[in-house]
Amino acid sequence: DSVDPQRTAFVLRKAWTLYSVTPLYRFRRARLRDYARLLSAFIAAEKQKGLAVQVGIELDIKVALSSLADLRGSELDQAALLVQLSSRSRASSRNSEDKLVWSGWFCSVFGDDLSENLPEDFTSLPLFLSHGAESYTSLVGSWFQKTFDCCFRRLAISPQNLSWMVAMWVGCKLDRAASATELVFSMPRLAQPLDISYAIHPEDAKALWDTVQKTPGEITQEEVDVFMNCLYAHFHRHFKIHLSAAKLVKVSTSVASAHCDGIVKILQSQYLPGVLMLLTELAISQIQ
Amino acid sequence: HLATSLPLPSERDHLRPRIDLVVFMIDIKSKYSLKNVETSLAHVDASFFLGKVCFLVTGVGRVNACSIETNAICKLGKDYCSPVLYCELELEGIRVATAQRLLRMLQICAGHIPGVSALSFVSLMRNCDDD
Repeated sequence: DSVDPQRTAFVLRKAWTLYSVTPLYRFRRARLRDYARLLSAFIAAEKQKGLAVQVGIELDIKVALSSLADLRGSELDQAALLVQLSSRSRASSRNSEDKLVWSGWFCSVFGDDLSENLPEDFTSLPLFLSHGAESYTSLVGSWFQKTFDCCFRRLAISPQNLSWMVAMWVGCKLDRAASATELVFSMPRLAQPLDISYAIHPEDAKALWDTVQKTPGEITQEEVDVFMNCLYAHFHRHFKIHLSAAKLVKVSTSVASAHCDGIVKILQSQYLPGVLMLLTELAISQIQ
Repeated sequence: HLATSLPLPSERDHLRPRIDLVVFMIDIKSKYSLKNVETSLAHVDASFFLGKVCFLVTGVGRVNACSIETNAICKLGKDYCSPVLYCELELEGIRVATAQRLLRMLQICAGHIPGVSALSFVSLMRNCDDD
């Protein structure tokens, strides 16, 4: 159950762009080195063609693929797959180090809904997270799509799901001082975009959630609605604005933050499995 | 006649023609619109709920901007024995088709279609539930 913090440290405090991925066809764990070589060749070939141009020094891209057994929910889940792109600048001397320029990883945390009915030869890793230049994401994505006949789609997060996340994360017990809970709303139908940022002291937010939640460890849609309605009512009392008529676009708590465009940042390793489980669920519902 | 909420101002009661159909519009992107509808429902006389009320849910084209749970809307329709229509106002084709549907419903509710009355809507809904 517990995740080795050393090996999963790379996940924390980075903004990850989320995608849902359909099952991979004929993916073999034993062939990771081969895949790394093939992907590397593909990237070099695409560079030759003039695609994904990176202005500046001519870079060689090194590809590394590895399995992360720690990043999964249960034994039924596939181990996570990490892809890392590093560059070694040709211009500098032989003692220059590889610099990590892009990383992306596939994972499944309690993704039984998708994996249990899969035919043989299919590997289910529905959640993909990337960090780094979009041009590399698109190269890596194209190669995976071509090689394993899968399909990547940006994972958008609806205001409803964001509300669920803020309610879940606000209630988490934390060892050290928590940062403010922040909700960002985008006002609809205005000539110029207007965002409202609503920041709440984390202890107040947790106190409110604790009065709403009836069973620890369980959350219902009703409880999330009551929690959000309290926040909306409070805001309306002070500013006479109905936040419930606006679009919730981003939520930030000490545990994690999430943006409706499908960008997530996870800050606490102890809640990493919980966050990944929720994101896996969202990815699966986007696929189905 | 359009109103942002109910009850309608009482000053104009005597000038108002008979109301044949009430359509409650809920924007799926706005939780506030659902709350507004729920409060307004309390001001509608019980007799209207025999086929003269319907819920129109707009903005369904953008699933990712959803702020309201679909279950909440289905429950509303069930609780008030009234049909729920879904549409996307931003698409002209759907907008026109929805307007035509509402107009047809209105004709029936106003008694302009011989042999069919507003009560038909209620019995149609009952059948769906039994399945």
